[in-house]
Amino acid sequence: MTTPIDFKAQLIAEFQLNETRLNGESRSSLHQRRRLALSRFEQLGFPTIRHEEWKYSNVKNLVSQEFNITPSAEISHEDLTSLEIPNLAGNILYFINGQYQPQLSTIVSPADEVEILTFTEGYKKYPALVEEHFAKYADDLNDAFTALNTAFAQYGAFIHVTKGKVVETPIILRFISDARTENVAVQLRNLVIVEEHASVKVAESFRTIGDFSSFTNTVTEAFLGKEANYDHYKVQDESEKAFHIGTTQVHHSDKALSYDTTVTLNGGWVRNNLNLVMGGEYVEAHLTGLYLPNGKQHIDNHTLVDHAMPNSYSNELYKGIMFDKSTGVFNGKIFVREDAQKTNAYQSCKNVLASPDATMNTKPQLEIYADDVKCSHGTTTGQMDEEALFYLQSRGIPKDKGRALLMLAFAEDVVEKIKIPAIREYLESAIAKKVGEV
Amino acid sequence: MLKIENLQASIGEKQILKGINLEVKPGEVHAIMGPNGSGKSTLASVLAGREDYDVTGGSVLFEGKDLLELAPEERAAEGIFLAFQYPVEIPGVSTTNFLKTALNEIRKYQGQESLDAVSFLKRMKEKMKLVNIDQSLLSRSLNEGFSGGEKKRNEVFQMAMLEPKLGILDETDSGLDIDALRIVAEGVNTLRDGERSFIVVTHYQRLLDYIVPDFVHVLYKGRIVKSGTKELALELEEKGYDWIKAEVDALV
Ligand SMILES: Nc1ncnc2c1ncn2[C@@H]1O[C@H](COP(=O)(O)OP(=O)(O)OP(=O)(O)O)[C@@H](O)[C@H]1O
Ligand SMILES: [Mg+2]
Repeated sequence: MTTPIDFKAQLIAEFQLNETRLNGESRSSLHQRRRLALSRFEQLGFPTIRHEEWKYSNVKNLVSQEFNITPSAEISHEDLTSLEIPNLAGNILYFINGQYQPQLSTIVSPADEVEILTFTEGYKKYPALVEEHFAKYADDLNDAFTALNTAFAQYGAFIHVTKGKVVETPIILRFISDARTENVAVQLRNLVIVEEHASVKVAESFRTIGDFSSFTNTVTEAFLGKEANYDHYKVQDESEKAFHIGTTQVHHSDKALSYDTTVTLNGGWVRNNLNLVMGGEYVEAHLTGLYLPNGKQHIDNHTLVDHAMPNSYSNELYKGIMFDKSTGVFNGKIFVREDAQKTNAYQSCKNVLASPDATMNTKPQLEIYADDVKCSHGTTTGQMDEEALFYLQSRGIPKDKGRALLMLAFAEDVVEKIKIPAIREYLESAIAKKVGEV
Repeated sequence: MLKIENLQASIGEKQILKGINLEVKPGEVHAIMGPNGSGKSTLASVLAGREDYDVTGGSVLFEGKDLLELAPEERAAEGIFLAFQYPVEIPGVSTTNFLKTALNEIRKYQGQESLDAVSFLKRMKEKMKLVNIDQSLLSRSLNEGFSGGEKKRNEVFQMAMLEPKLGILDETDSGLDIDALRIVAEGVNTLRDGERSFIVVTHYQRLLDYIVPDFVHVLYKGRIVKSGTKELALELEEKGYDWIKAEVDALV
């Protein structure tokens, strides 16, 4: 009789095995931090649906699968042609099953403007800087997947924008899970440091190839210095068999400005956490999201805006179009701490159920401890606007086409936030295809 | 062109149209008047194919075809245009884009090639002049945040663009100021070419001063209870509906 493999035990064993190969590095403070995270992961274990934060998103199917947690990365240019984003230009970095592929990548921005390295290289070159920021923002005390990710921090990008530099050329991180021959699991860890008065656009694109399962556990921590500008886009188009758990963590200093846009075109089972902590005053943060699940896809977006300091502004808009038997979750937390007077915080989540069998769970959660604040929130979940559809039909537009047109218009509010034209155009055509075909 | 016989329609349990008879020949303008809630908009909606209403009896032939068998978009492509009493706001879709799609879908149905960008723009310019509508309005989201008058003008603009065979105007005059009323009416008159027909639903005689109808009908409680020429409208303006209501109610 074979006992079912225990994913947690498998991961811990791999950590220990890996540790023996580290030699001197095992004494580094980075590794000590990893160790701490591992012990936290050990203690936390994988969450169950009894856990409030995981009520509608069951990881049972994920943790009962068998994955190769150290998959290799052999891929050619030709293998990637189907994943191409037309006219994409900029700093483009490819990671296959976590491993950086310099031969496929292009880095054009000068290093005195922005250092774009792998996480490992970044630590080698700037140990003090990494130690100052790594694992300081993302919560590995309560979140098992962040703890796991922190323990395995190794693959991913390190981006450091020099003080005062405006990086016009976008940085595009392309994470591809190669599941052509086996189930693969990958931990990705990115660290983005945008110094004072600097500005950068970072996009993360997640794709899969192959028919096996993939599990991506990804954490991107961003530290924004004073008056830094940060555009961050996460674009997901993964397979029906892909599991994705990701945390985007942003820490703002005074007057920092951030735009976070998360678009999930496809993905079997997806959980995105977007956590913003306003550690400074006069911060402005925009959060937008769009998800279009079909089939039996499950997409969960958890957001947290923590107004820890006074005089800041946040504006959040999430939109979903739910097809077939898909399920969705939106959980939006806003904290306004006692000190955070003059906070303006807005949240809205709008969903269209394009099928009677789709379900959407929405939960806005506002906790306000200051008195001089302006906050509003609203969620709507409903059918397609039949009046609008009839109007279009009465002008000669067939029902299906009218429906697609309305869905595209609905999605456009989010897509238009993306300031990298090639990605925006790619999304527009992918969405048009999806709403037209489904 | 349009032949409505004993048309009955209901919504849920409630019967609203109780046997409408109306024939519209090419080039004719028919005005439909009547008290609030008498079924004027319902008639217009049923002709355009709104699915909320159940047609429970009667028939509608449009150019010999059974209109009630056609989907709303097919009716539009056959040449029916409804200017809505309450035009719908559609966020994120510009009038220009929407009209391009509509026009080309109609052309496709009619077996014609798509209009190229240049010809489309040319037609836009021409029709914009017709109803004195501004480009900036047309690049905005369809009807979103438009004033009442702007919405109505946009309806007539769309009609001019799509060049239907039969235009149904449901209270297009309400919400228009005097100048806009004249402009819109002149726009409609320009489209009167001897072939194109109109059904004009209105509460006001003043519109009919500009768009002079061939026939005037009074709709009351789901039936056309009186028909006449343009003089009937003047009489209604003067006397109101009470005398007609009394006549009809006396019969019941
Ligand atoms: N969707 C609906 N549900 C229930 N009743 C409806 C619906 N649509 C119309 N009605 C009813 O049908 C009747 C006729 O309405 P309709 O809008 O056709 O009147 P109208 O003649 O256009 O009135 P007005 O002059 O006020 O525009 C009214 O009593 C109205 O309340
Ligand atoms: Mg009406």
